[in-house]
Amino acid sequence: MATNVRKTPRATAERRLVVLVATRKGAWLYHGDAGRKIWRADGPHFLGHIVNHLVLDPRDGRTLLMAAKTGHLGPTIFRSTDLGRSWKEAERPPAFSKEPAGQSGRTVDHTFWLTPGHASEPDAWYAGTSPQGLFRSGDGGTTWDPFSWINDDPQYRKWMGTVQDGTPDGPKLHSIIVDPRDPAHLYFAMSGGGVHESVDRGQNWSPIVAGLEVVEGFDTANIAFHDPHCVRLCPGNPDRLYQQNHCGIYRLDRPSNEWLRIGKRMPQRIGDIGFPIVVHPRDPDTVWVFPMDGTSVWPRTSPDGVPAVYVTRDGGRTWRPTAAGMPESQAWWTVKRQAMTADANEPVGLYFGTTSGELWVSRDEGRQWDCIAAHLPEIYAVEAAVPA
Amino acid sequence: MNVLIPTPLRSYTGQRVVEATGSTLGELVADLDRQFPGIRFRMINEQDRTRPHVRFFVNGKQVFDLSQPLHLADEIVIVQALSGG
Repeated sequence: MATNVRKTPRATAERRLVVLVATRKGAWLYHGDAGRKIWRADGPHFLGHIVNHLVLDPRDGRTLLMAAKTGHLGPTIFRSTDLGRSWKEAERPPAFSKEPAGQSGRTVDHTFWLTPGHASEPDAWYAGTSPQGLFRSGDGGTTWDPFSWINDDPQYRKWMGTVQDGTPDGPKLHSIIVDPRDPAHLYFAMSGGGVHESVDRGQNWSPIVAGLEVVEGFDTANIAFHDPHCVRLCPGNPDRLYQQNHCGIYRLDRPSNEWLRIGKRMPQRIGDIGFPIVVHPRDPDTVWVFPMDGTSVWPRTSPDGVPAVYVTRDGGRTWRPTAAGMPESQAWWTVKRQAMTADANEPVGLYFGTTSGELWVSRDEGRQWDCIAAHLPEIYAVEAAVPA
Repeated sequence: MNVLIPTPLRSYTGQRVVEATGSTLGELVADLDRQFPGIRFRMINEQDRTRPHVRFFVNGKQVFDLSQPLHLADEIVIVQALSGG
């Protein structure tokens, strides 16, 4: 006998959102209404500054941290406790240890990545820099110190390489992840230099690179050759991580230490190269990527000039494109590793920014896309957050 | 001593010309940082080296060494070279 199943209505988005856009020439805040249909631009903040990351503290919904520099002045961190109405500079931004006289030490060119600490540590923040360094603030971002011992460790320095290794504007330490179940359980990634884990608050670190491929002709046993572009932990299952790597898309299910290349299931003509990867806030089987052309000289633009976000709903076994609303041809977009994100609403909203200065939004997990801002400077990072 | 501040650093000083003291260029920059917190690190990196596009002139002469002695009547000009787009 058939049973009548009454479908539970899908919850509507009720929380106001702010989308934080960091660009090569300043930062913008886009305040959305509850339906995510009307957006109010607030900016530019720090016009002319190179802003690599702008993050709202989820623990208070009010504090913003901005990693900034100009083309010629040194790097710094700006902090706002009133959602960008006023800003104050960090008293001691991330900086490497001073070397003894006569020795050449490293200097932070820019802070690239910001991660709020664990919910139980309300003033803790982590930062990743270029050249690669790991830093921590225990006072809400006002003062920063090198975190752990890796910045000066000979083995890690070897894996980090020099300023000539890694990405064109300097190698990056990125994807700093704090396990929501345990503030002592940390991950970070380096381009290049692999993915690393600590289970004791940074006292010890171990690379996790098994299963990851490297560029043809290089040795997978050499950690320096591993180039993770973006690593994300699933809030719906903190034992699952996804990674967009220079050499494919991967999934890791702990306690295993071996990554599985799920990008092999992407359409062959599209490939599985890209920079960002976005996880669903609740469903650990759902992931979005923005594929880019990784053939010949690596244009790093949408394959064939046809942009699309690809989604898997089954942990990487199958993938399909979502592009409704996007141009169908001649759109040679690049989306950087921090420039694509999701909100936690139902249905999930997706956001990405292009290097050509367009900000795109989907209110329904990728079924339909809309451009909500154009003509911005080159977009470096996009974050969606819920203000208090 | 009078110190001419370049436009990219006037968000710190709010003024084109400020007064600072010090018996060396390094001490003068330290005094600027006391008055205008954060300004030093934008010009001098953590290894105490002047950042690539920042230049100091003392009485019209370019100076690279932070231990350069200064005198009360010296005129200091900080220049921020701009390039690129």
